[in-house]
Amino acid sequence: MAFGSTEMKPAPFDYHRPATLEEALALLERYEGDAKVLAGGQSLIPLMNMRLARPAALIDLERIDGLSGLRFDGGRLHVGAMTRHMDLEHSAEVRERIGILSDAMPHVGHLAIRTRGTFGGSLAHADPAAELPALATLFDATFTIAGPTGTRDVPWSEFFITFLTSCLEANEILTGVTLTLAPPHAGWNFHEIARRHGDYALAGCGTLVELEDGGDTIASARVALFGVDATPVRLLDAEPLFAGRVPAGAAIDDIAAEAAAKLEPATDVHGSTAFRRDIARRLIASGIRDAAAHAAQRRSPAAVHA
Amino acid sequence: MTTDRHDIAFTLNGKPYERTVDGRLLLSDFIRHDLEFTGTHVGCEHGVCGSCTVLVDGNPTRSCLMLAVQADGRTIETIEGLTPDSAPLAPLQAAFRKHHGLQCGYCTPGFLMTATALLRSGEHLSQREIREAMSGNLCRCTGYSGIVAAVDEVMNGVGKTDAV
Repeated sequence: MAFGSTEMKPAPFDYHRPATLEEALALLERYEGDAKVLAGGQSLIPLMNMRLARPAALIDLERIDGLSGLRFDGGRLHVGAMTRHMDLEHSAEVRERIGILSDAMPHVGHLAIRTRGTFGGSLAHADPAAELPALATLFDATFTIAGPTGTRDVPWSEFFITFLTSCLEANEILTGVTLTLAPPHAGWNFHEIARRHGDYALAGCGTLVELEDGGDTIASARVALFGVDATPVRLLDAEPLFAGRVPAGAAIDDIAAEAAAKLEPATDVHGSTAFRRDIARRLIASGIRDAAAHAAQRRSPAAVHA
Repeated sequence: MTTDRHDIAFTLNGKPYERTVDGRLLLSDFIRHDLEFTGTHVGCEHGVCGSCTVLVDGNPTRSCLMLAVQADGRTIETIEGLTPDSAPLAPLQAAFRKHHGLQCGYCTPGFLMTATALLRSGEHLSQREIREAMSGNLCRCTGYSGIVAAVDEVMNGVGKTDAV
């Protein structure tokens, strides 16, 4: 061989490709916390290439039946953990019924990341600067987690613990996520500020707004931010304050400023805490206004679905 | 020596292969070092630069972020597959040359494989959309204008390019 075949980047590990979830869970037990679950590998393999992660074993979920796919069920969307980003991106039904997800998908990494990366992998990785964890909070996600003693359902508020840390135990596997869809007349907005398309965002925001019947007043609003704290942030305290306001009013800016002041974004080479708070303030206010305008557009008879 | 060895069968550039690989061998190193298809270039080795992009079942994929063992049962295409049997340059490659879409050439195989997938999709993208779709590939000779012009010409035809 021209180059020899002994050069390898990741440290040694045992590779397993189980055919069933039960087999995968048994393998996790066998390695007693030293094994990692491999989904799309777009975050884990880089860490292993740099030997920042050195698991004793990889349990590859790729060939387990039933872990991928989208299923709409009444007012809910079930997303299998191994569903590839590109499958969400190209789904006409996702575009029709949860369009903000379609708007967000092109911002998730790059094309060649989305062909391999998975919905469950992104959520389990729990990067607070990533798009999908924040959108999961926006739709009150429930996480279905399989473990040695059975399956448990965890609300989003208990799933994300801190930076790159979820509530998943070492012997558990995230199998799917259930999103509660917004009413059909809700408007939405997705916006992120990044240095380069596809890079991690400095900060970003997903917004859902419902207007009162026949009026311009906000009936309800939901706001989720990423890149602004150690976990994705849902503005549960501020959301009720938007109700009863008109989108053009100055009150929107005041509520946004107050909510942004409570965020704790880290200072790094890309931006200071104060800079990120300022981005968040602007994203919250513009998100509310743009989502309200979108809601008005969607209910008008001549509505063009964005 | 490791005992974590795995038998795999796959198709590379239209030909079937069977090999035995270490579980920790990256697809990029497998393609270059073992199969000796050195047209696939390796840059950052952690999924940022896009140089090592190959097609897996038709989808552009970073071969440094995939294990060789995961190629089992898959169809892999590399730049060598674009011009089989020393044929003249493929239309996309000819357009890259015409528009000076490469300088040092290190990133070029990755760009060509990403662009090949875009062309096969049958979509007609604007130059702005082409830039977005190719944003996962980095060129440090800053040859993006030529690259985008080359993809635009093959995708949309000569004389139909729009302004950037």
